[in-house]
Amino acid sequence: MKAKLSLRQIKSSLFQGFCLVTTLLAIMALGMILWSLFSQGLAGLSLDIITMDTPAPETRGGLRNAIVGSLIMCSIAMILALIVGVLAGTWLSEFGGQSRYATLVRFLNDVLLSAPSILIGLCVYEAMVKPFGGFSALAGAVALAIIALPIITRTTEDMLRLQPNALREAGMAIGASQFHTIRSIIWSAARAGLLTGALLAFARISGETAPLLFTALGSNFFSLDLTSPMSSLPSVMNTYAMSPFDDWVRLAWSAALIVAVSVLSINIVGRYLLRQPVSK
Amino acid sequence: MQTPLTSPRMDAKPAAEGEGALMPHKAKKVSMIDPLFRMVTFAAATMLLALLGGIIVSLLIGGWPAFAAAGFGFFTSTEWNPVTEKFGAAGPIVGTLITAFLALLMSLPIAIGVSVYLTQFAPAPIARPLAIAVELLAGIPSIVFGIWGLFVFAPFFAEHVQIPLTRAFPPQTDIGRLIAGVPNGANIFTASVILAIMILPYMAAVFRDLFLSIPPQVREAAFGVGATPLEVVTKVLIPYVRQGMVGVVMLGFGRALGETMAVTFVIGNSMNYPNSLFSSGATLASTIANQFAEASGEMHRASLIALGLVLFIITFLVLAVARLLLRAPTHS
Repeated sequence: MKAKLSLRQIKSSLFQGFCLVTTLLAIMALGMILWSLFSQGLAGLSLDIITMDTPAPETRGGLRNAIVGSLIMCSIAMILALIVGVLAGTWLSEFGGQSRYATLVRFLNDVLLSAPSILIGLCVYEAMVKPFGGFSALAGAVALAIIALPIITRTTEDMLRLQPNALREAGMAIGASQFHTIRSIIWSAARAGLLTGALLAFARISGETAPLLFTALGSNFFSLDLTSPMSSLPSVMNTYAMSPFDDWVRLAWSAALIVAVSVLSINIVGRYLLRQPVSK
Repeated sequence: MQTPLTSPRMDAKPAAEGEGALMPHKAKKVSMIDPLFRMVTFAAATMLLALLGGIIVSLLIGGWPAFAAAGFGFFTSTEWNPVTEKFGAAGPIVGTLITAFLALLMSLPIAIGVSVYLTQFAPAPIARPLAIAVELLAGIPSIVFGIWGLFVFAPFFAEHVQIPLTRAFPPQTDIGRLIAGVPNGANIFTASVILAIMILPYMAAVFRDLFLSIPPQVREAAFGVGATPLEVVTKVLIPYVRQGMVGVVMLGFGRALGETMAVTFVIGNSMNYPNSLFSSGATLASTIANQFAEASGEMHRASLIALGLVLFIITFLVLAVARLLLRAPTHS
């Protein structure tokens, strides 16, 4: 009896050890990737990065056009996705209820949430690039918007559902219209949550590469023209990392460092914001 | 005014309607804006459906010429030749399934271990930072994994795993055949490892949510009857959320199937049928990413879109099953 018990305990201790080791492995993976990013990417960081455009091989250059391109396309994408996503999430939370149609939309939104992003790129190519005869920053922004949309819809619905019904009843009690109630009470009560959703979506699309490959394409020049190809940090990483030139590879690492650090910090800020109302 | 108080969300009628007699002007304005608002939000929700429909339709239209030309052979032929315009998708289809499956195999035990540690064993002060660290790993963009895989992991793997193994097992033996391949680290196995690292934090995070959703009494009761931590986890907690766990596994699988950039950097991008664990290969997504922008002709382009359609169908089925499995317990 005694021996049997200790065997169970040994097994259990081994299991606990296994769980600890797996966690250490996961943390180690994060550590190794961050270490590579900093050790390879920091060397290339200088003022040139933000003042000069992507160079020809073996010449001085930076990432100005890529950074600006990424910001432009992500901003347009976020505006598009926020308008549609917040409205769609509001419908799901406030009007859709458990109706069959709402269940279907919710379900397909969840599927869209993890759909391969490259397919979004293909679809936008078919819908916007091919008919209009060329790659464009606008097509890139639309592709990114389609990726951000399900994230924003989902968080909006979740955040609005968290708001107590008493708020809705209070709005009705003073005779406000439903529109007014949602706009001035529900949306503003859920503000921190909505902002978090937007931040997470922004973090997600700022690193997306696949949907930009055949929509915005990438470019070596500084451009603000939405109807022509536009550079972006992910597309620079894609082309420069695969190139045989050392200085291009170094720029790719710097771009990777910039993207990774911004994505991680946006994620941390988003999580912090989300925790605020909960911890109160 | 009976229904609104109990369930305002479901309420279709504006609340101010009852006051119409007192304030006819105001009430009219209100009743105009509410249906309009409802309609606008409804249109936004419908747009999600339209988007998904649009993706299917555009892939169908774009890929149709390829299916029409190759017939069923599109799925069985391994020949992929843009010059003769012969396109068969068997290589990337098999490559996709193998890499995703291997990734899942490597990732699943670790993901369960991480989530169990975080929810059951980790001391309270470090559990939360660790959980955040794991979630941060999930936030790293695919292409960063790709660059890391290309410059750090693949060379390491070639030097410290692939070459010693090739030396140890001559090519005639069974193991030798299994690990045959150019020792440059760009192969199906390295792609699977990178995929495994990518889906690990994602699966661990959802597993963690599942474990956290179990009422504490269940766990306490199991400990109360004298179960060891191992028995609590394997005989009580995991069975409690079994359906959800299958859902998470499918979700991770779906992720791995569609991952593009990270795989493209390390898989070697050869359209041949993968004949060993260490041979270079391609997945559906990596083929599209690699060839689409420079496609040589309409037929080549159509075939790549057809690959996209195949990928869409596979991932849609997997993700749909995943969501159905995950949805059921959370709403009951």
